[in-house]
Amino acid sequence: MDSVVMRAGGWFALFLMTMILVVAAEDRGFAVHMAIAGAAALVMIWATLTRTDYSMLARGILRTPADKSRYYDDVVRWGVIATVGWSIVGFLAGLYIALQLAFPALNLNSEFTTFGRLRPLHTSAVIFAFGGNILIASSFYVVQRTCRARLAFPALARFVFWGYQFFIVLAATGYVLGITESREYAEPEWYVDIWLTIVWVAYFIVFVGTLIRRREPHIYVANWFYLSFIITIAMLHIINNLAIPVSIFGSKSYSAFAGVQDALTQWWYGHNAVAFFLTVPFLAMMYYFVPKQANRPVYSYRLSIIHFWSLIFLYIWAGPHHLHYTALPDWAQTLGMVFSVVLWMPSWGGMINGLMTLNGAWDKIRTDPIIRMMVMALAFYGMATFEGPMLSIKAVNSLSHYTEWTVGHVHSGALGWNGMISFAAIYFLVPRLWGQNRLYSLRMVNWHFWLATIGIVLYAAALWVAGIMQGLMWREYGEDGYLVYAFSEVVSAMFPMYVIRAIGGAMYLAGAVIMVYNVCMTIAGRQRAEKPMSDADYDPAKDRPIVAQPAE
Amino acid sequence: MAENKRIDEPTGTETVGHEWDGIEELDTPMPRWWLWTLYATIIWGIGYTVIYPAWPGITGYTKGVIGWSSEQEFRDEVAAATERRAPVLRALAATPIERLPEDSRLLQFAIVGGESAFKQYCVQCHGSGAAGAKGYPNLNDDEWLWGGDIKAIEFTLVHGIRNPDHDETRFSMMPAFGRDGIFSSQEIADVANYVRAISGQDTAGDSARRGSELYAQQCVACHGVDGKGDREQGAPNLTDAIWLYGGDTETIRETLYGSRYGVMPRFGERLDPVTIKMLAAYVHSLGGGERYVEVAADPEVEVDERP
Repeated sequence: MDSVVMRAGGWFALFLMTMILVVAAEDRGFAVHMAIAGAAALVMIWATLTRTDYSMLARGILRTPADKSRYYDDVVRWGVIATVGWSIVGFLAGLYIALQLAFPALNLNSEFTTFGRLRPLHTSAVIFAFGGNILIASSFYVVQRTCRARLAFPALARFVFWGYQFFIVLAATGYVLGITESREYAEPEWYVDIWLTIVWVAYFIVFVGTLIRRREPHIYVANWFYLSFIITIAMLHIINNLAIPVSIFGSKSYSAFAGVQDALTQWWYGHNAVAFFLTVPFLAMMYYFVPKQANRPVYSYRLSIIHFWSLIFLYIWAGPHHLHYTALPDWAQTLGMVFSVVLWMPSWGGMINGLMTLNGAWDKIRTDPIIRMMVMALAFYGMATFEGPMLSIKAVNSLSHYTEWTVGHVHSGALGWNGMISFAAIYFLVPRLWGQNRLYSLRMVNWHFWLATIGIVLYAAALWVAGIMQGLMWREYGEDGYLVYAFSEVVSAMFPMYVIRAIGGAMYLAGAVIMVYNVCMTIAGRQRAEKPMSDADYDPAKDRPIVAQPAE
Repeated sequence: MAENKRIDEPTGTETVGHEWDGIEELDTPMPRWWLWTLYATIIWGIGYTVIYPAWPGITGYTKGVIGWSSEQEFRDEVAAATERRAPVLRALAATPIERLPEDSRLLQFAIVGGESAFKQYCVQCHGSGAAGAKGYPNLNDDEWLWGGDIKAIEFTLVHGIRNPDHDETRFSMMPAFGRDGIFSSQEIADVANYVRAISGQDTAGDSARRGSELYAQQCVACHGVDGKGDREQGAPNLTDAIWLYGGDTETIRETLYGSRYGVMPRFGERLDPVTIKMLAAYVHSLGGGERYVEVAADPEVEVDERP
């Protein structure tokens, strides 16, 4: 009883503090955020006082099987559900802003729904909410199994999950309210950054704690990748967000850096968000789920060592290629470009190791739509990591920079690589986490695969055309030495590409909606009666040569 | 663990001997093509950093053996482009604007250059097709508030319209008949009806006839007895179908009540004279440009007297 009173009292004190901050707030956004924190504290008071075992309740609602195994998987289950939920939010926001580019009236003349505010909502929802949740969930799943050890500090792992969701809510509401540091992929303001740092350190402790408790003599390659992701993201996040708040009661802060140093810090962060958030930990997922699903050994141990170390060594220097032909000194631009080009083969090392793991199981591409998703993910990973070094070459960059080509490049990586490998992991995890022997429907996975693939192709092709056209129109000079096109003419020329891109995005979203249904039905314990995927007609009676009948 | 090594049957490759949750690893050597391409990019990278500015030190950085810098490249390109255009720009600077139409090659150059400048400085108000919008004149037609010959257009560009801090600016101001209490609302309605009648949009009734008397007292000084306006004062022609703010009854009443005060910035202090000449040539070429007539040539011809 005493501990309940103490805990409820603690939450109540926290609630009172947030209320003081609401009253003292210098701006509306800060007040709203503190009110959200207060509401979260109230929920915790209620949860403490009612003394219900919510994990039992959640097991009932989510039909979670009792924790029979040695592994602690509750937080993984929540993470998978959060991933699936946030995916729809993120893809929907993306589709909406794609339509805003084609039809600007959809900005709705309200500050809350302008492209400028919804765009970071989209990027953060897909990268940090969808991507981040599947990374945290899958890392907790993989590290336990490859270490053959139960997760260290389950309570801290629960804090990581809920703390991370709270971060997402603060970030998303902040964008709509107009709170931003104006740093791409690092828009949340100082107090949200501090919160994420606390959550991230807890994540590090849980992960490393589990590694230390491992029963295996060696640390599996997937865990190298996960660990480098956790450590490097902490470093990037802290340094890029060094800032001085104007007031501790207000949302606004100013960066610790100025001018081109600030720009370079941001893009050192920004490019490594691609590297250590969207590449390295997704390779970790690949290194576990591809061999598991294909039931084959990893292609080359040596390749995994060399490409891991070369990848993490080179990636960290590639950021300056985002600042070609700017105030950044020439020497830094040169190094950014050189490191990006040398990065080509280390990136492909991961693709080779993933694809060649299918040696001896290539027939599964035909029969297993989950393997097909993994192969497509690796193919897009290979394409995007060839396109990236190419775009970092200054001569190419002078055409592509600031155009839709960059957006297309990012999406062939994000939709193709990150999205597809995450979907495959979700389809792998859901039956295992909920104790089902198979998914509700494999044919729906197949539908998801084709909708997503065609969507990506439409998306990427439209933006290649749009980007190259845009770049060529911007730089076109007439015979007399004057620019041929006005900026607005370039914008209107891209209208058809924008529409095609939105159609591609809608198809991708449709695939994800099918996934949500499939996942929900699997959790509900249903199995769709359907023909197996690899069912070709076979009639043993006809399976024989025609024997000529002797003439009578 | 090494004792767990085995030969993987489908590939014939030996495993490393580790196993995690059922996952094994093969001891396949790195693909040669992969390794050699990696070496090749590294060698290329070293070569590139020798040629171009690259490695930072304490007090500076390696400049590269060819001495390239992006700033120098930019300056060279600008200098080359300037040099290429220099002769024709000099010719443009030396040619008085009213003589420009006589040199068709020079005029063509001016129009193209003017179009480019127009897209940078003018489209924000006049639109990329120069068709204007409510309150921003269409430059494609032959209705000119302040004069449509090439010299008058240049004057408007240089001095702007209704710039309060500039003496030479084009300036006029219609009284706000309603707000300043000159007309009652009935009188505004009457005058609006009269304007509708002379522009041929309505037939004249009693109200319009009352309006015509008010027009004669208050409006003729600028818009003229016949309503055809006066370019000297920027007073628009009220008898045609072209309207800057709109010719429907409601908008005419609005104009009469509160007047209008359209402003165009002056570009004489922002752009060089050659660019302004080119802009004037471009706007003049759009379709409504009028022929410039020297004032002294024939006193009988009615011309825009402001240069």
